[in-house]
Amino acid sequence: MQNRLIFATQLIFTLIVAAFLIVPALLSMLAGVTVNYFQGIRSGVTLQWVMQVWSLYADTIARSFVIALFALAVTLIVGVPAAYALHLRGGKLARIVEEVITLPLAIPGLAIALGLLLTYGGFGDFRRSFLFILVGHVVFTLPFMVRSVMAVFSAIDVKTLDESAASLGASPWRRFRNVIVPNAKPGILAGALMVVTLSLGEFNLTWMLATPMTKTLPVGLADSYASMRLEVASAYTLVFFIMIIPLLVAMQLFADSGQGTQRQGTRQ
Amino acid sequence: MTAPQPAPHHDTTPHGVTVRVEACAKTYPNGARALEPITLDVARGETVVFLGPSGCGKTTMLRIIAGLEAPDAGGRVLFNGADVTGVPIEKRNVGMVFQSYALFPNMNVAANIGYGLKVRGMAKAERNGRVAELVALTGIEGLEQRRIDQLSGGQRQRVALARAVAARPKVLLLDEPLTALDAALRERLRAELDQLLRRLGITTIYVTHDQSEAMALGDRIVVMRKGAIAQIGSPRQIYFAPESRFVAEFIGAANIVEAESRDGALVLPGGTLALAPGTIAGPVTAMIRPETITVGAPDTAALTGRIDGISFIGDRQRLTVGGATPMSLTIDAPNSLNLKTGDRIGLAIAPNAIRLLPTETAR
Repeated sequence: MQNRLIFATQLIFTLIVAAFLIVPALLSMLAGVTVNYFQGIRSGVTLQWVMQVWSLYADTIARSFVIALFALAVTLIVGVPAAYALHLRGGKLARIVEEVITLPLAIPGLAIALGLLLTYGGFGDFRRSFLFILVGHVVFTLPFMVRSVMAVFSAIDVKTLDESAASLGASPWRRFRNVIVPNAKPGILAGALMVVTLSLGEFNLTWMLATPMTKTLPVGLADSYASMRLEVASAYTLVFFIMIIPLLVAMQLFADSGQGTQRQGTRQ
Repeated sequence: MTAPQPAPHHDTTPHGVTVRVEACAKTYPNGARALEPITLDVARGETVVFLGPSGCGKTTMLRIIAGLEAPDAGGRVLFNGADVTGVPIEKRNVGMVFQSYALFPNMNVAANIGYGLKVRGMAKAERNGRVAELVALTGIEGLEQRRIDQLSGGQRQRVALARAVAARPKVLLLDEPLTALDAALRERLRAELDQLLRRLGITTIYVTHDQSEAMALGDRIVVMRKGAIAQIGSPRQIYFAPESRFVAEFIGAANIVEAESRDGALVLPGGTLALAPGTIAGPVTAMIRPETITVGAPDTAALTGRIDGISFIGDRQRLTVGGATPMSLTIDAPNSLNLKTGDRIGLAIAPNAIRLLPTETAR
């Protein structure tokens, strides 16, 4: 009896906390399909704001996804070998490098953006292209890839696996492809999930780095909040959710299936 | 490993290479000395066991031979007389079994065994044939498609062994391959491993801290201590004729008796013990194995003692006897003797079973 009471109390508390976080998001999305927010939902339901957002910002949405995918590609190509090297090398130097890679997380995005602008702002074509934003996103997301891959490496004793592949005659590149990457898959998937999500939602850095021609989703959102009807900004939120939630769910499912097999793999 | 099936490849003529380790020392960047300069020859087809307590440098030695570590400048590793010191492990053509087995979790059993062959570019049909041969040799039929996590410890050990010998390496290197298994399984697999090594006839270097493993498997045993070789010899030499107190105590059970030698006998608190002729007088350190001591009646014996403890082991009983020697004496007596604590007993030891050790300077 008492246990059920405790359970009920905990459940209610959890639901209240969840509602506290979810209700604003729902209200915001609801506002996006309301004819007039100040009159409330009674004024009617419409898709006109969503359509308006789509016509105004379709390009920022596309650009966001392109940048996220590029950021993913770069962090994969750079981050996975970096994690491998750092893990194998070990020692003080590796730890210092790891710290340096992680540093951008502790520094405000605005400061990083400022640094990038001061240094590379003069290269006009680069400054005006989405690659400029991509650089910022890679700096910001790389530690997540490196760290989650390194975590897997230390969990599976990748060093001995590497040595055993070497004893069987495999060259370093071959070992990396056949043994290291497949066994690091759960970490790579988890890292990829982080990189894509963070890149899509990144505002701080991007807001400074973006030009009117290279806005991303969150920057466009800030734009619409600042300069348009509240309904449009809310519709933007709705579009954002519609875009990002299926993607997150899909990646999470994908990562789970990969992790499931890995967990089996390490079970004794 | 159980199925008796003499495949054409596994003739008993020794193959593999001779291995020479020449002045190989290992100092880590932090200055720690893992290995003193060591020189050692391993004959073609021979099984040499590196035996010693943890931290004695035996694994470092193995890793130097494998090519996973480089010796300090001046050290060389030679296979069949050719210097391979600078050759990376993937080009040395060695087979290696790791303590953790290091099987690839992303591949099934057959793919693990065939990996070395695949890397060498062997055609699929031929590779499958060779994998089937090894599966039969190691007695793991039916497990080919299993995932690594679906295998027991003993099965993993066999897969690791099959994988290591698949590409017919020049040298087989085993790093504590049985340590991860429980005692009963370890003993069974030790016997199988011994048969398999004999059948393969390949030059084998085996690292262990378990002296019974070393005795059972080694043609020769290299006892190591603190990065140096304490003694090299056949299991019998190491057991019966240890050259130092360390070896005597590390291999098997040993009574170490420090006493005075006078008139061809050891003078002890409980009487005297005749020594082999020609023993010089003065203080000596003698080693006596527990199973070489015969228990008899106290009245006629030259050496007597008192039973302080009996532990019945089954195939024998182990006595702790006080009063005979300065420190108490451990004796393995037949299980049929009717003895009890407090009994006075006579002790007889053949002079050639008493091994005099060099008096040790500071450890």
